[in-house]
Amino acid sequence: MVGGETSGPEVALELRGITKRFGDLVANDAIDLDVRRGEIHALLGENGAGKTTVMRVAYGLSHADSGEIRVNGTLVHVRSPRDAIAAGIGMVTQHFSLVRPMTVAENLALGRSGGLRLDLNAARRTAADASMRFGIRVDPDAIVGNLSVGEQQRVEILKALARDCRILILDEPTAVLVPQEVDALFATLQRLVADGLGVVFISHKLGEVRAISQRVSVLRRGRMMGTVPGTTAEGELARLMIGRPIAGDKRAAPTHDDAGGGVGDPRGVLSIRDLRVAGSHGTAVIDGLSLDVRAGEILGIAGVSGNGQTELVDLLSGMRMPLGGSVVVDGVDVTGLGPAEMVEAGVGRIPEDRHASLIPELSVAYNLVMERLDEFRRAGRLDERAINEHADRLIERFAIKAHRGDRVAALSGGNIQKVLLARVLSRDPKVLVVSQPTRGLDVGATEYVRSQLVARRTAGAAVLLVSEDLDELLDLADRLVVIYEGRIVGEMAVGDADPERLGLLMAGRGAAGGAAA
Amino acid sequence: MTGPASARARVTAWRPSRWSSPVIVGWAVLITFALTAGPILLAGANPIAAYGEFLVVPLTSRFSILEVLVAATPILFTGAAVAIAFRAGYWNIGAEGQLLLGAIAAAGVGAAAGDLPPIVVLPAMLLAGGVAGAAWALVPALLRVRFGIDEVVTTLLLNPVALLVVNGLLHGPWRDPVTGFPESPRIAAAAEFPAFLERSRLHLGFVIALVIIAAAWYVVARTPAGLRLRAAGLSPIGARFAGIDVSWVVFRAALISGAIAGLAGVSEVAGIQFRLTSGLSPGYGYTGIVVATLGSLSLPGVALAALFLGDLTVGASSAARALEIPSQLGAVVQGVLLLTTIGLIALRRSRGGTTRRPTLDPQAPPDPPPMGNGEAGP
Amino acid sequence: MTFIIDLLAATLRNATPLIYGTVGETYSERSGVLNLGIEGTMYAGAFAGFATAAATGSPLIGLAAALVVGVLAGAIMAFLTVTLGANQHVSGIGLTIMLIGVAEFANRLIFTGTDLQRIEPMPLLDPLAVLGPGGEVFRQYALTYVAFLLVVPVAWWVLQRSSFGLEIRAVGENPEAADAAGVNVARTRYLALMIGGALMAIGGAFFTLAVLGSFTLDIIAGRGWVCVALVIFGRWRIGRGVLGALVFSFVYSLQFRLRILPGFGELPFELLLALPYLVVILALALSGRNVAYPGAYLKPYRRS
Repeated sequence: MVGGETSGPEVALELRGITKRFGDLVANDAIDLDVRRGEIHALLGENGAGKTTVMRVAYGLSHADSGEIRVNGTLVHVRSPRDAIAAGIGMVTQHFSLVRPMTVAENLALGRSGGLRLDLNAARRTAADASMRFGIRVDPDAIVGNLSVGEQQRVEILKALARDCRILILDEPTAVLVPQEVDALFATLQRLVADGLGVVFISHKLGEVRAISQRVSVLRRGRMMGTVPGTTAEGELARLMIGRPIAGDKRAAPTHDDAGGGVGDPRGVLSIRDLRVAGSHGTAVIDGLSLDVRAGEILGIAGVSGNGQTELVDLLSGMRMPLGGSVVVDGVDVTGLGPAEMVEAGVGRIPEDRHASLIPELSVAYNLVMERLDEFRRAGRLDERAINEHADRLIERFAIKAHRGDRVAALSGGNIQKVLLARVLSRDPKVLVVSQPTRGLDVGATEYVRSQLVARRTAGAAVLLVSEDLDELLDLADRLVVIYEGRIVGEMAVGDADPERLGLLMAGRGAAGGAAA
Repeated sequence: MTGPASARARVTAWRPSRWSSPVIVGWAVLITFALTAGPILLAGANPIAAYGEFLVVPLTSRFSILEVLVAATPILFTGAAVAIAFRAGYWNIGAEGQLLLGAIAAAGVGAAAGDLPPIVVLPAMLLAGGVAGAAWALVPALLRVRFGIDEVVTTLLLNPVALLVVNGLLHGPWRDPVTGFPESPRIAAAAEFPAFLERSRLHLGFVIALVIIAAAWYVVARTPAGLRLRAAGLSPIGARFAGIDVSWVVFRAALISGAIAGLAGVSEVAGIQFRLTSGLSPGYGYTGIVVATLGSLSLPGVALAALFLGDLTVGASSAARALEIPSQLGAVVQGVLLLTTIGLIALRRSRGGTTRRPTLDPQAPPDPPPMGNGEAGP
Repeated sequence: MTFIIDLLAATLRNATPLIYGTVGETYSERSGVLNLGIEGTMYAGAFAGFATAAATGSPLIGLAAALVVGVLAGAIMAFLTVTLGANQHVSGIGLTIMLIGVAEFANRLIFTGTDLQRIEPMPLLDPLAVLGPGGEVFRQYALTYVAFLLVVPVAWWVLQRSSFGLEIRAVGENPEAADAAGVNVARTRYLALMIGGALMAIGGAFFTLAVLGSFTLDIIAGRGWVCVALVIFGRWRIGRGVLGALVFSFVYSLQFRLRILPGFGELPFELLLALPYLVVILALALSGRNVAYPGAYLKPYRRS
């Protein structure tokens, strides 16, 4: 804690003109933010709005291209978390930095002294003190790995408090908590601010933002949209957060009308019923999801990331087993099949992680045939000529700027995506599962990828499109569903989509969804 | 992308991708010679003259050239065995034990051959040796693909066990009944690899090694199965995504690797020792790791590296005679060469070699989560 | 009775090098580095200790030389795997090949032509001789006393109860978290590997300086690999590793004695000796995916 009285009356943390670029993308565009002592200040925004980025800058995990940081009115240079800690800033990131096999006390003591002397009693005193003053109850001798996620979060908060932090940043702290734990966390935060701390609360959930914060700063696409009181109505907050005009009829006349001619099946080409899928921690991340995608239609899935999208795409890619439910492709049950069988059943897969979907160290030509090597075998060996001809054909057809012999790893993101697209589309899939297809691509590649998806739809494929880019969904999709906590909580035609309703649904405040927050 | 593969990824952060290159090996050789100049000077010799003895002199007479080939024979096998496993992303450190099991099988079959003709006995020995080597590789391979248990420790620990099996046989049932020496009975004449050149120990094993390397090269470089193996080693997740049964590919590679290492044992028993002895292998299995690394895990590279190390081995004895440099310098050079090569590979990875992907999502932390699946790295 | 006393004494004696090696390897692995250079480090320690003792006439100076060689071996391993981030198993195998080569090279160079060189081995301590024959169990070398009474408790205390030990465990489990908490990951790993290397080398020197008083080729004979197995068998705990070393050593000493008894000669004792390796593999198989490897095992750390 910085001693002495300060220039700003009650402002603890002050960010001025923070700008952060990743390549061409401006993640933070001259962000200004004031956090007062004794307030919970929410930072609200969609995924990718730049909330986490700006706070990582404040904590020294990331370096701004320009801008300055003041703590209690004093300019501070935050080059690493160590500088931030020295300035009294603490941060609880989404991925905890805890050593799981160690006890809570050991985690608190780690890095705090040199040499051999290990004072675990000091750590225990910190824990006892925090329990008394702030109601943060954790057994200091428990093994961290045995604690619930909520308890681990408390340990992270304890770690920050043990280092005398006066400004505490919490990145999406409720994302990992069950409702009761959320209540306990909020109670703790209230006591912390009563003690004079300033708390920054990063969230995209409108309900909890309104429940906890005195003031709300809204970020959209890297820009600060303004700071409003925590009492602001949800609809207003949603508009600030989403805020773009709906482009219902921006695109060309609905081409799908003439495509789906013979398709009279009410069930889709892709039909999912009561699907349950476990996430990395074994708990059901998708719980009772049902949807249909019809031939000649693009179904857009909107939602904040982490609500089951990745698991859904993994499952449809054959990379994950379901716990229950069924998946049917064109009348064939494909539930629980592996990658090869999924492709065989007519599913084309373009997941968000392109690098993990290809073999980056192998050539473009090999990658283009990797799913169907047996078709390129002659007399027991690889038919290099056929492989090369196949590659040349696809390179030309999909305008891939690469030679067939180039390693995929050496290509630009757009061309890598085109390689994947070419591999998938060259097999005329009946169902196309696409996730974040244009993320990180330049304008030209984005246009190209989108046009290919639309062309596929027009040709009669059923396209499932997962994207965090609402514009992309509104541009491409015929129908939108919103996914929240592993379930579909709302559905609408694109023409009927309005930002307020979408924002509320995505934030778990929809009429259909029983929101947890 | 979580799946059974991620348990593995947690343990092994290394991929056989871009393992090595002729440039790196060239630098490694230069650095190694610079580093070993010290010991040579300590031995009272001129380093330049010593390198001449090491590298050039063995290639100046018919006899010593053939001795180079003899010395290269076992490490051609083990180098190929290690390279194939590493290419599939399977860290087989157990070639030494697999070699010994192959030697046991060969000694057993060879001693029992009696009056059978070579055309029956030799294939039987090769088959038995290959199967024995593969069998020794079976348990670690199963543990790896079934339970995701790291194969480094399991394959390594089976090496001393194999040596104990050899010693158990030699001190027990196979002890020479007359002399009491721990040596197995001499194999039948029909079981000896023919030496096809006069005044040379060069034997059939060298030819078999070359055939194996050529065949392995063909399979890895030219067939769909080989491409699947490379894909599985370079990117297990990407390979699985493309529908390749990565576990099966790795499992097969592990067994084939064991079988080839087993053939090294057959070759030493049938071509050089004509019986099982406990000193049969002075660490050929470990040298296989050196060979595979120097050969950038490619089979032609393995052939060249094995010949190079064969040259060094013969050169080491030549230098010992001519310059009174202890022949153990050969082992020093091998070790230093392996360390400099692996160090240079790592150096290249950390510089520019790792083309750090641009962070596509500004929201995503640029570093992988602490306990993440470890798949983020290149 | 003498048989049992002799057996127990031999058990403690034979366990000594394994304890040094196992504790040393435990330190390396707890910091996140599998050091397969252990076999070579023990070998180099055995030779360096012997050669120095032969030259100076002092086993203590020999011991110090072994320690220095071990620290150097650990530093080389650290440079390769921590600084350069090289593949740990290949680095370790390379280190072993190199160190064995260097030791044998130097052995040939220094002790050329002469007969087997011997030194006066370290004396045996016999503090409990007053107990009569039972006290014979404790007729041991000073290095054995050091191992059991000093190295094991101190190593355990440092690893489990000191700030430095906490840092070793943290960088081995979650280097990102340790880094974020202000721990210097590279420095901690270097220190762990150098301390580990020193212990391994002393374990090797025990053979030449105490037991044999001479250096012979293949003197370590795979005991380094035994230690690697014992570390895993002990689940990276010092106490359990020491227990494993005692059990292994007991079986080893027993078979050695049974072998010369009439009627036992035909038993395949080698299979008995293979047990520790097989037990480790079995234990790995049974615990399946749940083996609690140190979290950062085999992983180089790069701050991003």
